[in-house]
Amino acid sequence: MDKIVVENLKYKYPLTDKLVLNDISFKIEKGQFIGIIGQNGAGKSTLCQAITGLVPLFFKGAYGGRVLVDGIEVAKSNISDISLKVGMVFQNPFTQVTGSKLTVYEEVAFGLENIGLNREEMKNRIDEALNLLGIYRFKDRNPFDLSGGQMQRLAIAGIIAMQPDVIILDEPTSQLDPQGSEEVFKAVWDLKKRGITIIMVEHKMEKIAEYSDKVLLMHDGKVIDFDTPEKIFSRDDLMQYGVIEPAYTRICKAFDIKDSGLYPVTLDRACEMVVKYNEHN
Amino acid sequence: MSIIEINNLHFSYTKDEEILKGINLIFDEKSTAIIGQNGAGKTTFVKLLKGLLKPTWGDVIIDGKNTKEYTVANLAPTIGLVFQNPNDQIFKNNVLSEVMFGPLNIGMDESKAKDSALKALKMVGLEEKINDNPYDLTLSERKLISIASIVAMNTKIIILDEPTIAQDYISKEKIKDIILKLKSQGKLVITITHDMDFVAETFERTLVFCEGRVLLDGKTDYVFMQDEELKKAHLEPPYAAQLCRKLNSDKIYITVEEFIKANKR
Repeated sequence: MDKIVVENLKYKYPLTDKLVLNDISFKIEKGQFIGIIGQNGAGKSTLCQAITGLVPLFFKGAYGGRVLVDGIEVAKSNISDISLKVGMVFQNPFTQVTGSKLTVYEEVAFGLENIGLNREEMKNRIDEALNLLGIYRFKDRNPFDLSGGQMQRLAIAGIIAMQPDVIILDEPTSQLDPQGSEEVFKAVWDLKKRGITIIMVEHKMEKIAEYSDKVLLMHDGKVIDFDTPEKIFSRDDLMQYGVIEPAYTRICKAFDIKDSGLYPVTLDRACEMVVKYNEHN
Repeated sequence: MSIIEINNLHFSYTKDEEILKGINLIFDEKSTAIIGQNGAGKTTFVKLLKGLLKPTWGDVIIDGKNTKEYTVANLAPTIGLVFQNPNDQIFKNNVLSEVMFGPLNIGMDESKAKDSALKALKMVGLEEKINDNPYDLTLSERKLISIASIVAMNTKIIILDEPTIAQDYISKEKIKDIILKLKSQGKLVITITHDMDFVAETFERTLVFCEGRVLLDGKTDYVFMQDEELKKAHLEPPYAAQLCRKLNSDKIYITVEEFIKANKR
């Protein structure tokens, strides 16, 4: 069954004239990892907020079409109900961290306290989330004494502890070093393996290509394409949408190294195809 | 003359944990990237350059001035720092006055400050948004405002702390152009970043920080060929170099463009 259905979604922020989301339709199956790409201003973050219901329940404005999560129309539901199903990690962890909690541990507890979980269950979930993101050792630290990267992981831990069915991450690794960034992708991959549906906005195309089942390419409020990473990155008009292929794909495009019309998008596949190409040439 | 000289620099925030453990460096006009894990001491290091922090031990000499003997205000006309998070830097309610704030503070008169601010805003591509409230703009645009604010001060040294965060391909290219332009104006640009491909494409020299020390220092292509040390610092070479390694190539190229150019027949 489709986990998320978006139908003819249109949206304009209050007091503005421009449709930030302009007739968007797509479906996401349960347990898929979906990457959203597009240049800044394409509507990626707004689309995420529409799936969480923040648009239009919190951010008002002109809204048309429907977003369904598990068959429930978010615009007719309420944010607290949707938050049990869909968790969102914001782009800037400073936006996410409550500021009212004195330790990392309590910060992760915040969402759980709000849904009235019992103490034992809370402790288990907090420990698990902190360990998964590798920040257990900071559990007694003040969230604002963490580095940017650690704070970003804290924001993710707070959402993971809520155990939603769908997790939306808006550029979750932009402040992380390569290792920290890889840790987040691996942690998210683990969640996917547990059947959680993942939606991630990201500018690191190599990572999107490696992890996504499907990629949603957006431009100017519209969906340009929604397909496998190989198909998306094999397009020859990406530059027009302010998007660049993964480095490996760019190299293979330059030498026209492809298989059944598709260029490789990951390191392993590119290597394989380059070796084969060299043998034949 | 070297623009920055660092002698046996040590720094700690608290008694029990030393963040920087004896750094000796000389910076000339080469554009320089600083890479390393979160917590390696990169941001602390650039705050010491800027004079916001003073060494626990050792000296930081900026354009002949020992930071211990000068205030941040004294050093401001020489060295500018673009913070990692633009929200830590931006406080005015319109873009132009935000960008004029620095120039006015280091003693430029109103018309010169405005002129300088407009030039800087043009450079980052925000000339059409000078009357907007910075907080109505996107994070990516606010990052560009924070860069323009420092560029407008026309300092000899410009430090960027993670300029590519939240930037799409086009803005990243724009930031690369800005750095190259500043470099061609004879400025020393030092940049902290986690984006290895951006480093390979943009900077002449690269420093690898690891646990409070400089683990590697050299020309960027040299640094990215030191696989063992990079691994020690938990870093990976740029994607093109990773492909070269995996293909067991004799020659390692650190950018996609170099790889393509060298292999095209």
